Amino acid sequence: MSKLSGLGGRLYRGETSIDFIGRRRRWYAVSALFILLSIGALSIQGLHLGIEFKGGSSFTVSKAGASIEDARSAVAATGIPGEIIVQNIGTDKVRVQTGALTSVENNAVQDALAAKFSVAVESIDSQIIGPSWGKEITRKALYGLIGFLIVVVLYLAMAFEPKMAIASIIAVVHDVFITVGVYALIGFDVTPATVIGFLTILGYSLYDTVVVFDRVRENTRTITANSKSTYSQAVNLAVNQSLVRSFNTSFIALLPVGSILFVGAGLLGAGTLKDLSLALFIGLAIGTYSSVFIAPPVLAQLREKEPAMIALAKRVNGRGTPAPAAVTATVPTGERRGPRNQPKRKNRK
Amino acid sequence: MSTTNKPVKTAGRPLRSLAILALVLIALTGLVFIQGATAVRLGLDLRGGTSVTLQPRIAPGESGKVTNEAIDQAVSIIRQRVNSLGVAESEVAAQGSGTNRQIVISVPGDTGRRVVELVGQTAELRFRQVLASATSTGKADPNATPVAGVSADVNAKFAALDCTKAENLQGSGTDSPTDTIVGCDRAGQNKYILAPAEVLGRQISKASAGIDTQGGSAWYVMLTFNGEGTKAFGALTARVTSLATPLNQVAIVLDGLVVSAPRITEAIPSGNAQITGSFTQLEAQDLANVLKYGALPLAFDRGEVQQVSPTLGADQLNAGLLAGGIGLGLVLLYSLLYYRGLGLVTVGSLMIAGSLVYLLFLLLGKWIGFTLTLAGIAGAIVAIGVTADSFIVYFERVRDEIREGRTLRTAVETGWSRARRTILVADFVSIIAAVLLYFFAVGGVRGFAFTLGLTTLVDLIVVFVFTKPLLTILARFSFFSSGHRFSGLSAKSTGTLSAPKEA
Repeated sequence: MSKLSGLGGRLYRGETSIDFIGRRRRWYAVSALFILLSIGALSIQGLHLGIEFKGGSSFTVSKAGASIEDARSAVAATGIPGEIIVQNIGTDKVRVQTGALTSVENNAVQDALAAKFSVAVESIDSQIIGPSWGKEITRKALYGLIGFLIVVVLYLAMAFEPKMAIASIIAVVHDVFITVGVYALIGFDVTPATVIGFLTILGYSLYDTVVVFDRVRENTRTITANSKSTYSQAVNLAVNQSLVRSFNTSFIALLPVGSILFVGAGLLGAGTLKDLSLALFIGLAIGTYSSVFIAPPVLAQLREKEPAMIALAKRVNGRGTPAPAAVTATVPTGERRGPRNQPKRKNRK
Repeated sequence: MSTTNKPVKTAGRPLRSLAILALVLIALTGLVFIQGATAVRLGLDLRGGTSVTLQPRIAPGESGKVTNEAIDQAVSIIRQRVNSLGVAESEVAAQGSGTNRQIVISVPGDTGRRVVELVGQTAELRFRQVLASATSTGKADPNATPVAGVSADVNAKFAALDCTKAENLQGSGTDSPTDTIVGCDRAGQNKYILAPAEVLGRQISKASAGIDTQGGSAWYVMLTFNGEGTKAFGALTARVTSLATPLNQVAIVLDGLVVSAPRITEAIPSGNAQITGSFTQLEAQDLANVLKYGALPLAFDRGEVQQVSPTLGADQLNAGLLAGGIGLGLVLLYSLLYYRGLGLVTVGSLMIAGSLVYLLFLLLGKWIGFTLTLAGIAGAIVAIGVTADSFIVYFERVRDEIREGRTLRTAVETGWSRARRTILVADFVSIIAAVLLYFFAVGGVRGFAFTLGLTTLVDLIVVFVFTKPLLTILARFSFFSSGHRFSGLSAKSTGTLSAPKEA
């Protein structure tokens, strides 16, 4: 543990420095690959939507020794239309999922299951979603997502700099893509709880980025005045300085989420807890990655295009060359040796 | 590089902050006992029950818009139906905003199918002539004189009808317009025999409450019928107006229950009627709303029906608490291992935050009917991490300041002035997320947004009035300021070569 703390000190002073900004092409390439994979998975497999989004019924019977075959035959005997999915949940539960049914059909399925496993109808846990309801839920989820992005961009643009807001949103969109991709690729169920978990992650991913950018802002406040480092270098130092913090905050946030996932998936099998925490878990990991590897390089690129920053980069790069400012002053103006050297040196790769 | 050398802000009055916090905690605890809110209200997914979400729409064959008033009216009709089940703590409420609102019905316990069948029917408004009326005494009245012109069967039902029983105030939308029926009024005081319906709610074109400023400021209800309604209502009033009471009364029946049974004083062929009586403003407006609703009844799409058995509810509650326990334990363990002495500050802060949240859960349950759902528990658990993050941001900032060569006492203050901004911005983003989630989400997941928002606010309060003041005080002790091995601020853990010396 104290090793990490010691590392924090070295990162802070810049003794140990990881080049996040300079190697940005590498990180971009990794992300681009994942995004392509996500788009591929999404277009080929699509998302596995839960019954909440498409309408349908789900019945869960708790009875030791309840078998999938028994449940399937009981439900099939009612002659309901559509596909029937039967799974075991935990050790003593069977869950039956059907398409959207009429209330008569729903009652028939409940009665059939109750008779088959000799349990009371009231003890069967059920969830029945009307066919038009799913559209409503989907619409609301989309509105929530769009509303969130707009409000947060505006807020961050006010609280920080507009370009920081752009960079954070690029990072968030990146997180959205990859998380959705993971869901498509592995085929996890997407339920409203997943969507909520997901929106929370957007908030959290931004939290992480905010912590890093706050440091960036502080490091670059007087950057044009003292010409010690380029904007990119200042950003890189800020990322390094907040690395331990980013790691700690993400790790601490993952601990409770992990425990929900463990308990939710392990003890309850399926449902709100598992869906919520799985989305949080995946999103947290990706959000942490993007707040270090994506958002700062994007910000650096955006800002480096500004004339003031280009000029700064020239001044900084000019320093430490064989012809520093103090020397050029002594050179007769006619010769212009110093300035002429600099563009050449810049072109050297 | 942070080269700004602003003068160190004063440390504030840490002891006063802590004292205020203690007072607030004591006051909240006191309130909890005074209000008798000693248990967190659990949602149906944690204790078992049925919840039904209905999406109102205009009944088939009608055209018009779903108005807010109509939804409110539908809520009160459904509430009446649900109350007839006699299950304590049943709830009917509209959720969402504008005209796109849902009606959410929650009934605890094993009622299952009955609730689902009860709530989904369209409630109709009809005008029926009163054939007989009596005060419902609460007892069946076997000696009641049978009413002439009514079948023995209906007479027997009327005699047996007890309007003080909840189940008879149900109204389930099953009264047939062509039958002679028996029914109670909404308050359960009177019972009636009612003739087949002659005018339907859909034949009303307008209804409003008004005040007669000349006649002693009496409230009345104006009612206008459409063409068909004018004819039917004209015929009905012409026929009954000369009859003896109660035959000259026309009952306004909504969902099988009599809302009002005004006496007809004259034939009304114009289609414009005025109902007068000793109305209060509220009564007049209620009646007008009922009539308006009757003009455009709502049908309901069954959006979602969720039935959780008490066993599953208990399982989910236990799982949620277990996950919370494990999560909290791990966070505390990591804080202690990594931050040593400072970790104790985290432990204390989380405990304060936890008790504040718990007290608020209790009180909000009493005040605004807040119920804790499984998603809500998950929100609270996730918030443990977010809360701990605020402390980390601050602690790392303090360490940074020490690395700059500042003493602990100075570092605690300069670190705070910088961390404060980060924490405020970051928490604000979380709160934006929570608020939006709350307004866009439907059903159980709203609970997640609510607890997440609430706990983020609590996090802010705790960081400002507990964590920071506590650190200011602790910085005065040499255990921390000298960078003791277990303080979490030693030279080794901050990575500085020499421990900062007191300036």
